[in-house]
Amino acid sequence: MVKMTRIDSPSALEHYRRAIKEKRAKYVKTVSVCGGTGCQAHECGAVYEALRAALDENGLAKTVELRQTGCHGFCEMGPLMVIQPSGIFYKKVSPEDIENIVEASLKGNKVVEELVYEDPVSGEDIKKESQIPFYKKQKRLLMSMNGKIDPCNIEDYLAQDGYSALVKTLFEMEPTEVIDEVENAGLRGRGGAGVPTASKWKAARKAIARDGIKYVLCNADEGDPGAYMDRSLLEGNPHAVLEGMIIGAYAIGANEGYIYVRHEYPLAVDNLLVAIDQARELNLLGDDILGSGFSFDINVSIGGGAFVCGESTALMASIEGRIGEPRVKHIHTAEKGLYQRPTNLNNVETWANVSLIINQGAAKYKRVGTKNSTGTKIFSLVGAINNTGLVEVPMGITLREIIYDIGGGVPKGKKFKAVQTGGPSGGCLPESLLDTPVDFDRLYDVGSMMGSGGMIVMDEGTCMVDIARYFVDFLCDESCGKCVPCREGLKQMLYIIEDITEGRGTLEQLDLLKELAEVMRDTSLCGLGQTAANPVLSTLEYFENEYLEHIKMKKCRAGVCKSLITFNINPKKCTGCMRCRKACPVGAIKGKKKEAHIIVQEKCEKCGICFEVCEYKAVVRK
Amino acid sequence: MKKELSPEVVAVEKHGAERSHLIRILHEVQREYNYLPEKALRNIAAMMDISLVDVYGVATFFRSFSLEPKGKHMVTCCMGTACHVRNSGGVLDEAKRHLGIEPGETTGDMLFSLETVNCLGACALGPVVVVDDKYYGEMTPARVRKVLKKVAEEEGRGQDDQD
Repeated sequence: MVKMTRIDSPSALEHYRRAIKEKRAKYVKTVSVCGGTGCQAHECGAVYEALRAALDENGLAKTVELRQTGCHGFCEMGPLMVIQPSGIFYKKVSPEDIENIVEASLKGNKVVEELVYEDPVSGEDIKKESQIPFYKKQKRLLMSMNGKIDPCNIEDYLAQDGYSALVKTLFEMEPTEVIDEVENAGLRGRGGAGVPTASKWKAARKAIARDGIKYVLCNADEGDPGAYMDRSLLEGNPHAVLEGMIIGAYAIGANEGYIYVRHEYPLAVDNLLVAIDQARELNLLGDDILGSGFSFDINVSIGGGAFVCGESTALMASIEGRIGEPRVKHIHTAEKGLYQRPTNLNNVETWANVSLIINQGAAKYKRVGTKNSTGTKIFSLVGAINNTGLVEVPMGITLREIIYDIGGGVPKGKKFKAVQTGGPSGGCLPESLLDTPVDFDRLYDVGSMMGSGGMIVMDEGTCMVDIARYFVDFLCDESCGKCVPCREGLKQMLYIIEDITEGRGTLEQLDLLKELAEVMRDTSLCGLGQTAANPVLSTLEYFENEYLEHIKMKKCRAGVCKSLITFNINPKKCTGCMRCRKACPVGAIKGKKKEAHIIVQEKCEKCGICFEVCEYKAVVRK
Repeated sequence: MKKELSPEVVAVEKHGAERSHLIRILHEVQREYNYLPEKALRNIAAMMDISLVDVYGVATFFRSFSLEPKGKHMVTCCMGTACHVRNSGGVLDEAKRHLGIEPGETTGDMLFSLETVNCLGACALGPVVVVDDKYYGEMTPARVRKVLKKVAEEEGRGQDDQD
């Protein structure tokens, strides 16, 4: 890296940017190895090291640029590698493949066939990243940068024209103009509720700070299970979030900021701290940013593993070092937030959108999306889906397009059952609603919500009553306990649903569930409690049949609810291989070698291991 | 004899005594001791001039803190929605049975602690089990048992197998 010096004017920044670009012109090829958490679990670090060594050995280090980037999104296929400018895409790369890659694609311009992605639908080999169906229908305005930059090297971000929106903001725009631009762009909060960002900024700008201190915060307490886009943005492109926050702070008139990150995301914290240090060194953060006279600095605050801390007032309490309990909302955080001072809080993805709006202007920004939901949204497409990963799509795209065209549909020939959006506050939508366009208002209309962007696909092997139980159990655990409707209501709800999943349910309990849901919605203190019943209400609405089957017929059609299923061995298929007998953790399987085994029902704990290990499909789950 | 500073003294000196650093300090102290001993909480309260009740409140509110000593190996089962629909419940049940403990508990030999986490954001790999810092993806009840056995064997505590 060039020695970093303090930059005190826009022209000095442009000079520095040119120097970086010139220095890089010598590279003929660039290799990006994904270093996101998903790929790290697949040992991408070893791939990177092996490639680094191979480049040195082959004398390629001066012409081939190697970069470990953040998450590319296609986690299912990791570790991922992309070679530019040709755009060659390799999946599931291991250190043993490096030799072949160097010979074929780096010394030459050929493709290593066995590492090429094969389209599971057409069976075709697809060599280039941009041609892969998973990427093709996406609109990767935010995510595309992840594959281009090393998050720990600010020069990469600058080489992609990073911080140019900040320059424009500080030197060409008045604070109110910035807010107007964001308002015209129609940006809505990506964290869940979809509140217009500009209205929050206006309120915080208007609020009077008695001692002159206002705060700008970033909510990176991504607690919705099944959602990880914020983590990927922070890990892969932290400067985009920082740039957005500095612009927002300028618009609001704040000089101090905090990013509240879950402690479960250690890599995001590390990359963020590096990014902040580098930005400070270059004078993009701190006193008198770029010589503009505007000062702003950012601290990182780490959570302690409490879901409720994603709620604004709980988050602020936690930053102050107190228990993360929410407070009543009639006092607005825009006036009295962190330390009782005017505070503005936006989510990671919202902040990342800001520089995009300033750079291209509101008019162009809102060409993507629908009238009331502009821009793109990143979803984590997970569960029973072929192409698991992060997808960034224009708002207004249908659920069907996301699940089938991008996600490649449900694997193993199973049938689609439901898609869950909006995390524990959202709902489960059935096949008949798959043509619903994805935007804030339409998802709300059908009983779910955008939420932070988790999209969990469920197939026929998922029991919808069990899913309702799962979310209620989750929330029961995560309720902070401050208000009664949430704390006690969830507990009662869980008792009822457990009755149903364990075969003790009655029809009257369904009415009781609905009544409880209403009380919780109307009387809980914060959003967690007010929306806690959504997973129950939406499954009751769209999958009532399954509830009725559990109650009346004591049957779980998905084979999930343990009390309602049994495991048996089909003697005609059993070869007496002893595999299940050895594997059974409770010794419930009897039988001699080469004779059909039987399961002793009194001992069986229904763990399903026998079902899993049997190679002859002799174990039957009913 | 050279007297070493306790982890809580080091952490408070490093970050300062403002209350906003409490959670970070607790994280660091826990990393050193493997849990939060009462003595350390008392010291932190005194050094930071916060009442012990408040320190205790924060240490018990957040699920990542433990007031009990933890085992040598942390086994964390992800219970996120994506893992759930791929049978993380079965994986956790087997981990519980195999170790003979509930989530939040530690085995009698102090070798394993079992925890659950709401989502690690590694949904593509689900169900995920993390042992210490290593991620194990696409877990099944049978596979998690194998992983746990292997770790125990590496410690020279391969149990007498009933299998």
